[in-house]
Amino acid sequence: MVPFAGYDMPVQYPMGVLKEHLHTREKAGLFDVSHMGQVWLKPRSGNLADAAIALEKLAPVDLLGLKPGRQRYAFFTNQEGGILDDLMVANRGDHLLVIVNAACKDADLAHMKAYLSDLCEVETHFEDKALLALQGPKAEDVLAPLCPAVAEMKFMDVRACEILGVTCVISRSGYTGEDGFEISVPAEHAEALARALLAHEDCEPIGLGARDSLRLEAGLCLYGNDIDTTTTPVEASLVWGMQKARRPGGDREGGFPGADIVLQQLAEGAKRLRVGLKAEGRAPIRPPAKLFADDKGATEIGHVTSGGFGPSVGVPVAMGYVAADHAETGTTLYAEVRGKFLPVTITDTPFIKPTYKR
Amino acid sequence: MTIKFTEEHEWLKIEDGIATVGITAHAAEQLGDLVFVELPEVGATFEKNDDAATVESVKAASDVFCPLAGEITEVNEAITDNPELVNAEPMEGGWFFKLKLANPADADALMDEAAYKEFIA
Repeated sequence: MVPFAGYDMPVQYPMGVLKEHLHTREKAGLFDVSHMGQVWLKPRSGNLADAAIALEKLAPVDLLGLKPGRQRYAFFTNQEGGILDDLMVANRGDHLLVIVNAACKDADLAHMKAYLSDLCEVETHFEDKALLALQGPKAEDVLAPLCPAVAEMKFMDVRACEILGVTCVISRSGYTGEDGFEISVPAEHAEALARALLAHEDCEPIGLGARDSLRLEAGLCLYGNDIDTTTTPVEASLVWGMQKARRPGGDREGGFPGADIVLQQLAEGAKRLRVGLKAEGRAPIRPPAKLFADDKGATEIGHVTSGGFGPSVGVPVAMGYVAADHAETGTTLYAEVRGKFLPVTITDTPFIKPTYKR
Repeated sequence: MTIKFTEEHEWLKIEDGIATVGITAHAAEQLGDLVFVELPEVGATFEKNDDAATVESVKAASDVFCPLAGEITEVNEAITDNPELVNAEPMEGGWFFKLKLANPADADALMDEAAYKEFIA
């Protein structure tokens, strides 16, 4: 167990990080992600569009266009266009369900209350709701016997379902690059649900260590490492998360903190970009390794923000920021590891083929 | 042949002034699954407690110290190709390097197996 954002978190279970990682990619892994914050935004008018429009003031994401029963990746920006947190937003019909990072949840709550309270009730479920993530190609096989309706769900669908006599909110999503589900369950029923899922022969408990290597292989950002208040969505290569409606020429262009900077970077390009990196040797390239254009360490052009061995890729993988003129896929760069300059190749992410059920 | 252990969790099997060196099962278990091993060059000389090798697990990088002063006479390239060997058989196929001891008598100061077992208990 290790302390993480005020929680005691399991790094690994007896199987160990490597086998837990491979088990999740092959069968199904169960993660306790209850440390993440669940917030409900309820429109005071009763009209969900009011909550969506209010939340769009904080995030450069099309939330008005998010249909009932659907979820979307989003991020809060600050006045400099930096990222305050990344989050998931689900349209639950009468409210928006927002899931935020553990380390940011108190700041996010204050931020949402300050900006949204006129139009929304901001209701926290930090203590009374737990969150379990079931991930992997066998996730549906594990969950469907308890909740047959999940078989009909597609990637990013969200719906309320009865499991073991308790109403849970299930989304078909996760943070490993695999098909899977995240299940919001009343905290007092979380242990019973976890035990019921783990009773399936294909399901094993998975710790923080494998969660990190799985999300890295999936090319997904870890807040505080790959993105933070000093990185903009354009620099972080999260432009895919900004839908057309919020970009220049869109119906609701701008109107979020730092919009002038972010929209300018969209038009002109950012000076640096987040890229995926694959090593040629076996040595893991860990943060904050410096990246160079040459093998002598003469021209520093960036640094690594996440990195390690990719058990499913079979080689070390990393992500980091590099100067935009060195960011083209296929470019060879050199990472400084213990005084040596090791070749790494800029590689499109994800490093693995995702198995989302689209 | 004698077997000795260090407080840094290396083992040495010493025969005719040459020590075969590896890390103990206890250390391998603490490190978790190894994914990378960097070995010293044959011919390199080290003082006691110099960094002689690097191992990386899924979690982090760690140094392996040279347990006594000496010269590297051979390295085990099998573990460079297959780091899991260190986890699987730390005191057999997972050895790291062979060291020609500068002062074989220095080994007398290291722990024997019983003392090491007590040390990690």
